[in-house]
Amino acid sequence: MSRAPLKAVAIGASAGAVQALLTLLPALPATFRLPVLVVVHVPPDRANVLVPLFQSKCRLTVKEADDKEPVVPGVIYFAPSDYHLLVETGGDLALSTDEHVNYSRPSIDVLFESAADAYGPALAGIILTGANHDGAAGLKAVMDAGGLGIVEEPEGAYASAMPHAALQACPTAATMTLDAIASYLPSLGTA
Amino acid sequence: MPDAIEDLEIQLLLEALFQRYHYDFRHYARASIKRRLVQARDQLGFPTISALQDRVLHDPAMLPRLLDYLTVQVSEMFRDPSYFRALREKVLPHLRTYPSLKIWIAGCSNGEEVYSLAILFREEGLYDRTIFYATDINPEALAAAEAGVYSLDRIRKFTENHQKSGGKSSLSDYYTAAYGRAAFDKSLRENVVFSDHSLVTDAVFGEMHLISCRNVMIYFDRPLQDRAIGLFRESLARKGFLGLGSKESLRFSAHAAAFSDFVPEEKIYQRREP
Repeated sequence: MSRAPLKAVAIGASAGAVQALLTLLPALPATFRLPVLVVVHVPPDRANVLVPLFQSKCRLTVKEADDKEPVVPGVIYFAPSDYHLLVETGGDLALSTDEHVNYSRPSIDVLFESAADAYGPALAGIILTGANHDGAAGLKAVMDAGGLGIVEEPEGAYASAMPHAALQACPTAATMTLDAIASYLPSLGTA
Repeated sequence: MPDAIEDLEIQLLLEALFQRYHYDFRHYARASIKRRLVQARDQLGFPTISALQDRVLHDPAMLPRLLDYLTVQVSEMFRDPSYFRALREKVLPHLRTYPSLKIWIAGCSNGEEVYSLAILFREEGLYDRTIFYATDINPEALAAAEAGVYSLDRIRKFTENHQKSGGKSSLSDYYTAAYGRAAFDKSLRENVVFSDHSLVTDAVFGEMHLISCRNVMIYFDRPLQDRAIGLFRESLARKGFLGLGSKESLRFSAHAAAFSDFVPEEKIYQRREP
């Protein structure tokens, strides 16, 4: 399967997210040249620990996304707690305090749908463990725009509802175990 | 490509809104505007954004319904309690030295922050010498702000925020609950002027001692953010204060040099001496 080169990776995860991301993100090499945009559902009072936690374990720069910040390759951006994270078509990040989507703010759908607009086929969207349905519509938007869709295998996921919902919306998405995603992801951004 | 057509439709609708009604969303951050317009199209039952445009151009009654989508702002009283604590502990000691005060809540939406500040100023004994200007572009939001009635199920969160902000009284002192709603005391708005004002198209607003404009400018693109910050700069008295949302910053602004950090972690800035 031949694909146009990717410009960004978007990841959405909910229940069990921290463990799953600890498998994926520290596996990225320092030479990884794509930006990684991450939405995690966490209670607002626990959100501040994510960036320091992952920064200490990753070879890439990890930061909380700022409003109107240009997206830089090789940086991992986390959506701030209680804000939606979006990508503008010019390649800047944007935040919003619009109402919750799927009871979530940040919402995976909001990130994925805007990123699908901004990057079209040059985007990989990855849905990991979670106990709700956020991200299903977003991943569909990614794949409708020609992007690459990857879903964690529901049986092996900490919580299977979110991967199940994503696969229902996107039957042609690649289904992979977490470990398989962890060994595949670096190849997407180091070609 | 359907997406390219949709982007064109959005651009045309925003131009139509501006030319027909002088509501200018052309420099709003596009990704959020697109979400809202798609939502408006679907929920109002139009097949395309062009069809929505046709209707709003010819039927002024559609305008407020569309504005509700374009300007919807969800807030809480004392949202980000640490911001209000910083105002209380660090900014108000300065404001206390003035015989009279002007405060501008720019983009006040349904008024949650207006009542929060009014309560804070009352608790600190500054209310009676203060005039609050609460502005928004959405007339329905302004009317809701002036009414000061909120659903009772939101009050628990408001109360919790108020306590965390260092509240010295009980929030229940300020509202009457009935029929599932909490109506805030009208004495809180005795010194509040509610007014239609646009950061996009309108001019400088009085000589303010504090301007609070939180999570409004994240909806603007960079040039429009700069216009708004320029407006704040010119509207502030010497050494006046500007409070922004927790993820907003003057860092990228052309006006950054006109302000100094006052409480950086709460995005509270102070106007430098001219």
